[in-house]
Amino acid sequence: MPLNKGFEGREFAAAPPYEVTAESIREFADAIGDPNPLYRDEAAAKEAGYEAIIAPPTYLTKLNFIYSAEMMLDPDLGLNYALVVHGEQEYEYRRPVKAGDVLIATPKIAAITAKGRNELLVTEAVIRTADGEQVAVARSTIVSRGTAPQEG
Amino acid sequence: MGARIAAKDLTQGQELPSWSYKVVREDLVRYANASGDGNPIHQNEEFAKSVGLPDVIAHGMHTMGRMGEYVTDWAGDPGVVERFKTRFSAMVVVPAEGGNTVTVAGTVAEKLEGDRVRLDLVATTQDGAAVAKGEAIVALA
Repeated sequence: MPLNKGFEGREFAAAPPYEVTAESIREFADAIGDPNPLYRDEAAAKEAGYEAIIAPPTYLTKLNFIYSAEMMLDPDLGLNYALVVHGEQEYEYRRPVKAGDVLIATPKIAAITAKGRNELLVTEAVIRTADGEQVAVARSTIVSRGTAPQEG
Repeated sequence: MGARIAAKDLTQGQELPSWSYKVVREDLVRYANASGDGNPIHQNEEFAKSVGLPDVIAHGMHTMGRMGEYVTDWAGDPGVVERFKTRFSAMVVVPAEGGNTVTVAGTVAEKLEGDRVRLDLVATTQDGAAVAKGEAIVALA
């Protein structure tokens, strides 16, 4: 069944604040196998000019599961999770995420378009600190396989 | 803070040294735990096959994470990445025996104002399939 086009442009409430810990950064860096000391060693991060340990660029994927749940699970959207694959991911960064940040993501559904038999659901989240400083924008394209409206 | 690569030393079309990594099942379990993506298609062979996949597949974001390492290691500072985008075009299949080896390659696609460059990136599995194509804008010295 096609996705509900009425959701296009819909904005959702800000996700709960997410506290970035040094431990979660190290754990994430270990998981992608990236040994960079700036992700682990506060002295190295400070020597490089940062206030604290910084996070790898794709660390923000951890927030994705927090802010996208409400959108994706809304029964009126009509998304069947078994048919979903991740098509594309994009980040724009104002600065690196660092340990001690408290991040709040405000998500919306930017677009719902048909492409062949599939539909593309584009979500966009602006990620700010609790103080309102914008840190990044995250855009995800989710492919809903085989749900495009069929003509005739 | 700052890149170790100077924009003036690069030319459009220049290829960066490629880099390979191995991915095995244990990596995907670790990634699932750290990222919060517990989808069983990335861990459970029986489940993956039951939904029509050839075997366990890597998380797209695991591949993008490793492509990020390629960029930040080359540039010399993770803080210089301004934009990073990846399109997932095929699956990284990770069999129980031997896993898979992925090669990441980059090209200087465009020189931008302010000592910034746009890189084109491609990740290819050991059987030659391009699994992810990306681009990154980085601020260089």
